Amino acid sequence: MIRDSPAIEVHNITKRFGKLVAVNNVNFSVAKGEIFGFLGPNGAGKTTTIRMLTGILIPDAGRVIIEGIDMEKDPIRAKMKMGIIPEIGNVYVDLTTRQNLLLSGRFYGLSKSTIEKRSEEMLSALGLSERSDDPVRTCSKGMKQRISIACAIIHEPCVLLLDEPTEGLDVQSRRLIIDTISKMNDKGSTIFLTTHNIEEANRLCKKVCIINKGKIVAINTPERLKNTFDKTQSIEVAFNKHVNSELLASTFISKIDICGDKVHLYTNDPDRTVKHVVSLAEKNGLRILSMTTCGPSLEEAFIKLTGGKK
Amino acid sequence: MNFSILSRGITITAEKNIRIYYKKAPVIIFGILFPLFMFISFYIGRDIDIIRFFPGFLAMTLFFTASSVGPLITPWEKQAGTYERLLSYPVKVITILLGDVVAGMLFGSVITILVLTVGILILDVSIFSTINIVILAVAVILGCLCFASLGVLLASPSSKAPSNVMMLSSLVRFPLIFISGIFVPLGELGGFGLLLSYLSPLTYLVDIFNACLNGTGIFPLALDIMALILFTSIFLAVANLFHKRNLAKGL
Repeated sequence: MIRDSPAIEVHNITKRFGKLVAVNNVNFSVAKGEIFGFLGPNGAGKTTTIRMLTGILIPDAGRVIIEGIDMEKDPIRAKMKMGIIPEIGNVYVDLTTRQNLLLSGRFYGLSKSTIEKRSEEMLSALGLSERSDDPVRTCSKGMKQRISIACAIIHEPCVLLLDEPTEGLDVQSRRLIIDTISKMNDKGSTIFLTTHNIEEANRLCKKVCIINKGKIVAINTPERLKNTFDKTQSIEVAFNKHVNSELLASTFISKIDICGDKVHLYTNDPDRTVKHVVSLAEKNGLRILSMTTCGPSLEEAFIKLTGGKK
Repeated sequence: MNFSILSRGITITAEKNIRIYYKKAPVIIFGILFPLFMFISFYIGRDIDIIRFFPGFLAMTLFFTASSVGPLITPWEKQAGTYERLLSYPVKVITILLGDVVAGMLFGSVITILVLTVGILILDVSIFSTINIVILAVAVILGCLCFASLGVLLASPSSKAPSNVMMLSSLVRFPLIFISGIFVPLGELGGFGLLLSYLSPLTYLVDIFNACLNGTGIFPLALDIMALILFTSIFLAVANLFHKRNLAKGL
């Protein structure tokens, strides 16, 4: 659900630490209701940027506007609109899950009854009900991150900022967190997400911004970014028996890789390639066990944009 | 800033600190056990008039208890990774600092009142008049505010290792107890010793306690109170400045 004015506006922000320019004249905006991915290699300036968005760091130059409120001029009002899951934003391990939620809710000015009602809903949705009265120190890493998310969304913020929310978590916790983010977005919240998980960004985000060495190197939809650098697609096919690459060779197939029991055929013409594979299989009595077409990947675009080597 | 938001932030921060940090070993050791051992080591085996030295011991207790919580909270929060979350809530740095000050103040007040009560009931310490009770109450509040602010100032280096802050804290707090008329009465200090004692906020608290409990204050009451207010303001202003400057360090 996209509405008019942006939820987050970042105008020419710069942050220096001594001689190091951690973030250099960065500009972007995030539309209301959008899931915005903020990607970059380690040390690219992601956390510094998110700390300026959350008001923890004051930019040396530039402005951050959250839901129309200038973060530097009115940080309290701006923060009231936001839910924040910092990179190292642990909850209080000496308190119970419920006490952590109560603490967060009170900071956001919610009444005790509202906190209790929302706590029950979130504890149940995030699978934390059984351990809600145990000290957080006894919980697993995944549970702690779910508690952290519950604390950040207890006031139902318009804008949710997450710094590496699924880093190092097990599959179940990651899914629960992704589901929660998606549900928040369905309810109208704008999501700003930094992640190292490119596949996650590809699946979740409507728009992706890539930062490298403190500068924005690309902002676009994942699909457009993928197609910026590489138009080549590939067909991944598995047969019931081993096949030589010579058998599959053709003028419209640029490269053939055999990896384990699968063959990767790189082509600019996936339609002809699929038909070619099916026809060859029939002619040679081969059974196709699986066949997938793979487009250019966001990871490929990310690596090219950030100057890394695959 | 809206006063209700400010007071809400201070209250919640202070409550959080009380719930989490009062029970931690360094707070108990440096806030309660340490002044008690100092008292015992000074008193045992010596023929001293306990009533005469009681105001000094009371001030020392207040000083250590009120300033024991503040230096540890920020490094603990940075070490545990909770500080960034705290900063992300709709609060300003000064709100967090005042919450820490209130936690230190309450801890200091409760222990000081407890020691004063023990002094009155067991040691036969007497408060000469009703007005002295009021002055003592004001002095306890002001003293706790002042030394809790000093505690928060001592937490302002960017370190996230509580042991480093404790070292700095001891380096600052220990000399103060020797120049503030606790072990040598202010009236007997002279020359350089007296000049040094003027620089310690603890001197003015000891003086008020001496005036109320022994009738031996040497400065005018207004001067003692003004000095405590001045030191508190300086500690808070500098703490706010340093904490803001070192905000992201050690996160």
